[in-house]
Amino acid sequence: MAKLVSLADGVAELVRDGDTVALEGFTHLIPFAAGHEIIRQGRRDLTLVRMTPDVIYDQLIGAGCARRLVFSWGGNPGVGSLHRFRDAVQNSWPAPLELEEHSHAGMANRYVAGASGLPFAVLRGYTGTDLPRHTTNIRTIDCPFTGETLTAVPALRPDVTVVHAQRADRAGNVQMWGITGVQKEALLAARRSLVTVEEIVDEFEPLPGQVVLPGWAITAVAHAPGGAHPSYAQGYSVRDNDFYQAWDEISRDRDTFRDWITQHVLTAEAQA
Amino acid sequence: MSANYTADEMMTVAAARQLRDGTACFVGIGLPSTAANLARATHAPGLVLIYESGCLGAKPDRLPLSIGDGILADTADSVVSVPEVFNYWLQPGRIDVGFLGAAQLDRYGNINTTVIGGDYTDPKVRLPGAGGAPEIAASCGEVVVIVRQSLRTFTERVDFVTSVGFGAGPGDRARLGLRGGGPRTVITDLGVLEADPVTCELTLTRLHPGVTVERAREATGWPLAVADDLATGEPPTPDELAVLRALMAA
Repeated sequence: MAKLVSLADGVAELVRDGDTVALEGFTHLIPFAAGHEIIRQGRRDLTLVRMTPDVIYDQLIGAGCARRLVFSWGGNPGVGSLHRFRDAVQNSWPAPLELEEHSHAGMANRYVAGASGLPFAVLRGYTGTDLPRHTTNIRTIDCPFTGETLTAVPALRPDVTVVHAQRADRAGNVQMWGITGVQKEALLAARRSLVTVEEIVDEFEPLPGQVVLPGWAITAVAHAPGGAHPSYAQGYSVRDNDFYQAWDEISRDRDTFRDWITQHVLTAEAQA
Repeated sequence: MSANYTADEMMTVAAARQLRDGTACFVGIGLPSTAANLARATHAPGLVLIYESGCLGAKPDRLPLSIGDGILADTADSVVSVPEVFNYWLQPGRIDVGFLGAAQLDRYGNINTTVIGGDYTDPKVRLPGAGGAPEIAASCGEVVVIVRQSLRTFTERVDFVTSVGFGAGPGDRARLGLRGGGPRTVITDLGVLEADPVTCELTLTRLHPGVTVERAREATGWPLAVADDLATGEPPTPDELAVLRALMAA
C-alpha cells in the first residue's frame, strides 16, 4: 500500500545519490516539483532516464545532479535545444555527462520489458542508423520462428520512478488521464516509485481514458498541487508555453541559469 | 521576390499539398505539424494526424507548441500510451506518411538530428537526437521531409545517421529490412525534390515561383540532380495563405 508522504520526505526516502532515476511524463504531467525537490536536496551522481528529457532534466543537469543520461530526445519541445544539456555535453559544465542514446520506440520497449519482468525487448528499430555504434545496449536477435533478424534492447529497471498524476485517493490509488505517455510502464519497471498528485480525494470519479494505478504497486504518494508546472495536468492546468519559450533565454547563460535556480528552486519552499 | 508571401509560407503550403485526404500521417512538431494542420484545414479534412504522444486523429484548431499540448488529447479520436503508438500503430506499417524535419540531409535522404561536427562524444553542436524519427523513417508507407535548403542542411555526408533514407543507394532499404517506402519527397523553401525511382537520388523536380535552378544548386552540398521536366509550382492561393496565417496567429 502506498504511503502518503510529503514531497520532501518522499524524495529524501526514495531518491538516493547514485540512483538510476526516471522522472517520466510525455509533455503532460511532468513531475517538475519532484525534480526541484531533488535539486534542493542536492542529489548527486544520478543516472537520469527519460524518453524526452526536457526542461526539468535541463535544470537537474545544470544543477549538477546528473552523471549520466539515458534518453531518446533531449530538447525543449517546439522551442529548440536544451542549453544546460548542451553545455554539459559540449563543455562538461558543470560536470561531464555520459550519454546513452536510443530512439523513442526503443526506450518505450525497454520500459515495457522492465514492467513485464523480462530481460529485454524485441522490436523493429534502429536498423541502419548510427545509434548502435555508440552503445552496447542495442543488439540484434534472430527470431526462433522465422529467422528474421530483429533488434533487442535491455529492460530498463530504474531504482526509482517519479511521475505526476491528477488524483490519488486516501488508500494511495492513483488516477491519471489525458496523455499518459509511458508512465505506467516506467512506474511498474522501477524498484521504488513516487507519485505526486494535484489532489487527494475520497473517491475517484471515473473518467474516459483514465489509467488507474493500484496503491499496492506504488511506494509513496505526495500531494503536490501545481507540481507539473510549466507542464500541465489536464483538468487542472494548461501548459505554460510562455515559460518554455522563456526558458530558452534563462538557460542560455550559466549565471542567469544559476540565479534562476537559486531564486525559484533552492530558496523556494517544498510544498507540504 | 516581390511575392506577397514568404519562402517559409511557400514551403509550408507545398508540404501541405503533398498530403492526401484520408491518409494517416505521423506528425513531428514544428514545420511538419504546421503543414499537416494546414492540409487538414484546406484540401484534406479527412487527414488523420498522429502525434507520438499517443494522440490518434488529433484535430487541433490552433497549432500546438509541443507534441503533447492538451488540445491534441482533447480533440483526438483516441489517446493511447506511447508504447502502443510505436508498437501497434507505427511498427506494423499502419501509417501512410511520416512527416519529418532534419538538421542535415544527404542526397539519399538520410537524416541527422543528433550531432554536428567533431565526433559523437565531443560534438561541435549537440542536437536533440532521434525521438521517434528512426522508426517513423523505417516503417511509414512513405516519408516526406520538410527542411530549409542550404549548404548547412544539404550536405554531401551527414555527420550522424539518425534516420535512414535510402542508405547508400538502390537496394539498401530492402537489405536493411526497412519495410516502409522511404523519403520519396523533400520539400524545401526553394522547391521540391523527389527520390529517383531507379537511383534513389533526390532530384529537383519543382521550383517554387521566382527561384532559379542556380539558387537551388548553390544551396546544395552535392552536385544536384535536376529533372528533365523541371516544373515551377503554383504560388500559395489566397485561401491557403489566409488559413495558414490564421493557424499561426491562433
